[in-house]
Amino acid sequence: MPLTIGVPREVFAGEKRVATVPEVVAKLIKLGFKVVVESGAGNFANFGDEAYQEAGAEIIADTAALWAASDIVFKVRGPSEAEVGLMREGGTLISFIWPAQNPDLMQKLAAKKATVLAIDCLPRQLSRAQKMDALTSTAGISGYRAVIEAANAFGRFFNGQMTAAGKVPPAKVFIAGAGVAGLAAIGTAANLGAIVRANDTRAEVADQVKSLGGEFVKVDYEEEGSGGGGYAKVMSEGFQAAQREMYAKQAKECDIIITTALIPGKPAPKLITAEMVQSMKPGSVIVDMAGEQGGNCELTVPGEAVVRHGVTIIGYTDLPSRLAKQSSMLYSNNLLRLAEELCKTKDGIINVNMEDDALRGLTVVKDGNITWPAPPLNLPAPPAKPAAAAAAPAAKKSAHGHGGGEPMPANKVAIVIAVAAALFALIGAYAPATFLGHFTVFVLACFVGYMVVWNVKPSLHTPLMSVTNAVSSIIAIGALVQIAPPLAADITRPDVVIRWLAVVSIALATINMFGGFAVTRRMLEMFRK
Amino acid sequence: MSASLATVSYLGATILFILCLGGLSDQETARRGNLYGMLGMAIAVVATVFGPNVGTAGLSWIIGAMVVGGAIGLYAARVVQMTQMPELVALMHSLVGLAACLVGYASYIDTSSPLTGAEKAIHEVEIYVGILIGAITFSGSLIAFGKLSGKIGGKPVLMPGRHMINLIGLLIVIYFGREFLHAEMGQGVLPLTVMTIIALAFGVHMVMAIGGADMPVVVSMLNSYSGWAAAATGFMLGNDLLIVTGALVGSSGAILSYIMCNAMNRNFISVIAGGFGSDGAKPAPAAKGSAEPQGEVTAVSAAETAELLREAKNVIIVPGYGMAVAQAQHIVNEITSHLREKGVNVRFGIHPVAGRMPGHMNVLLAEAKVPYDIVFEMDELNEDFPDTDVAMVIGANDIVNPAAQEDPSSPIAGMPVLEVWKAKTSIVMKRSMASGYAGVDNPLFYKENNRMLFGDAKKMLDEVLGALTTGK
Repeated sequence: MPLTIGVPREVFAGEKRVATVPEVVAKLIKLGFKVVVESGAGNFANFGDEAYQEAGAEIIADTAALWAASDIVFKVRGPSEAEVGLMREGGTLISFIWPAQNPDLMQKLAAKKATVLAIDCLPRQLSRAQKMDALTSTAGISGYRAVIEAANAFGRFFNGQMTAAGKVPPAKVFIAGAGVAGLAAIGTAANLGAIVRANDTRAEVADQVKSLGGEFVKVDYEEEGSGGGGYAKVMSEGFQAAQREMYAKQAKECDIIITTALIPGKPAPKLITAEMVQSMKPGSVIVDMAGEQGGNCELTVPGEAVVRHGVTIIGYTDLPSRLAKQSSMLYSNNLLRLAEELCKTKDGIINVNMEDDALRGLTVVKDGNITWPAPPLNLPAPPAKPAAAAAAPAAKKSAHGHGGGEPMPANKVAIVIAVAAALFALIGAYAPATFLGHFTVFVLACFVGYMVVWNVKPSLHTPLMSVTNAVSSIIAIGALVQIAPPLAADITRPDVVIRWLAVVSIALATINMFGGFAVTRRMLEMFRK
Repeated sequence: MSASLATVSYLGATILFILCLGGLSDQETARRGNLYGMLGMAIAVVATVFGPNVGTAGLSWIIGAMVVGGAIGLYAARVVQMTQMPELVALMHSLVGLAACLVGYASYIDTSSPLTGAEKAIHEVEIYVGILIGAITFSGSLIAFGKLSGKIGGKPVLMPGRHMINLIGLLIVIYFGREFLHAEMGQGVLPLTVMTIIALAFGVHMVMAIGGADMPVVVSMLNSYSGWAAAATGFMLGNDLLIVTGALVGSSGAILSYIMCNAMNRNFISVIAGGFGSDGAKPAPAAKGSAEPQGEVTAVSAAETAELLREAKNVIIVPGYGMAVAQAQHIVNEITSHLREKGVNVRFGIHPVAGRMPGHMNVLLAEAKVPYDIVFEMDELNEDFPDTDVAMVIGANDIVNPAAQEDPSSPIAGMPVLEVWKAKTSIVMKRSMASGYAGVDNPLFYKENNRMLFGDAKKMLDEVLGALTTGK
């Protein structure tokens, strides 16, 4: 008997999202489920009841009837007390739960003998779980919306312009925290034309920041801040001092600050102090995306936009909901992927397989037993060691001959120096002065050649070789000076033989000279961006 | 022109040569670098011709020789195909070697310099060494040219006891060197000739013993030798410009060889000494039995390849010598630009020793106008293969051989390779199942996610492009 998926209207104040959109309804039905949707569930996200009906869902007007008809409930926000009451005994619920923050809710759900999958408990480290990662898709939307909110409150253009009415400088945006939300904000702000700077305690995200058009601002302090699971960890006091200094500097320079710093299970770190807000230019904007966890700015009022010291501080906690249609579409796709995992047989029956790492992590209540937190995953441990990973390519690099590299072991150096010294002593003892002059030049030139060529790019090996080949035709000089040197009258030499040898040498070397340079030129002409 | 002016001109030329080599280390400055080189050479030649060491009597001879040589050189540069570049470079090295020999002989029979005692001895040693290096460069480069152009088989020719032969040759050379130094005026020609013949034979022997896969190192090594030959000539004639320039070329060639040896996990010393590649050949048959690749080879058609490419988001193309042979670089570029227009992220992964000359693939791709910012070194994208949908290997074999990492008994064990097998699908374009230059079977072909597209690379790619453009 295929199960029924119910999609109630969200009851949380101001929540505009809906857990399932019509497009996904059709796909769920293909998986074998029956779908019932509460009348008006998608109204705020611009999905009317008719659209759901067209997709094959049944519309139920009465909330209690909907909950009663549903074997599985898809929701966005965790259920309210009333909703838990409506829930069917032994039913299944999929939504955001945040079990750590809501122990009461967990108890109530357990009492209902429910099976609950908390989408926020997904083991994000599993690469196959990414398609279900609602946190990521939601964070991306928040980051985008944060920039839009900032632009709305900001009195100027984002991009710099030269207009007939004068020059407009580009807005400077600083983004604290380059997680998913931060990166989305960087990309959005950069696309609007602003100068974007970003910082994160995790050094490895610097490249990601750059790839989106941002500039990575480093904190002048050595410490690695990767805390596992893709989150940052709490940093040492020394680091925090250096970080505060950097933030203070950015606050003075930037027009817009967007903060996204969250540490799981802890109140958000206070990055922006009241003095920093005071130091900002009037008309500046701060968007505090950590409002729900208390905010990254001391003056943030969660859920509201306030003006303090002439700076608009936006602490909205419903950023994803402000882009309800987009959020709903992505969230319902995440849920669809989860439904596919639960129902591999495509017959509308779900199997909450606790052997499956992803499902095990998601399941916080199973048939009335609290199964949260899930045991740690046995991952093959790669992301935990960024330092080692970074060191390995570096070692490879040097082995490949790009500058630097490890210095030779001391005993080897000693041997080389000893041999060189002996050789030099020998030469010094026997060679005449004229030879030594040449010898000096020779040795120095060898070193110059070594230094100059060491950093050549591999793609240029062939042109380099053909140019050195052309340069080695300098041997023509040797033949040139032999051909007809001005001689004292009394000295004779076999002129004819020498001349012919020299002429042939010159001809050979000239082939090389002209051919080599011409061919190099031809090759280099072809290299283009 | 006074002697001082000539010396200053030489100094200027030297600086220009250094700038030239320095400029060639980066794309942005490379063209200017080449220009510096030409300018330096022009200054050097003009300063010499009009300098104190050349009488007016020689002028017509010089001009005649230079016109002939220049014409041949320019013609060769114009007509050479980019795929033949390695051959051309090798051939040109041989010219430098030969010129060094001739200058050495001329210097010896030139009786006009009244040297005595230690100076004379040193001068003669310089002549001797100069001719020795010149002769080795000459014959070695000729053989390398023959191998690269396919006139001589690519397989290493290993004589029994060849290290012994080399050693005996060296002893004979030293003995005749002693004879040469003690010879009366004009009597030294015989030892000199004997030494030249031995050196020529040594050059032939050395390069013959090297397998085709190691050719890139050989070419750059000979490049280095030609520099040393020029430096030796400089000592012989007491000319600082020659010494400096020769040393520059010599050391840069040596470093290039060293970089490449590292890329192939070979020992630098054994390369410089010549005759490497043999150590790898011996354990090969023994390893065969234990490491026989398991599994099935899955062949695909051009149309299926096009299908795979069209559905891919990330594609890495790994070109090898096969692409050069088939002249397929232009069609590769067309496929690339077609895919890029469709939003596919196409990149090229270049192994340091792909092809027969360092940087060979880069030159070919540049010729086909592939933008160089999508062409990457092995180290730059080797970690990206797990995120790659399709890795397309065109006419390469050893550089994508997983045995280098997985099978410690393999002759190429430890050589860094492009990890194409980590891509979701790898497609190997190849004429047959024959093994590569290193003579090692490639377990990649038997991997589950690997597909083989048999046929001539150009013809196959033509079909792929056809399927791509008509398919959608």
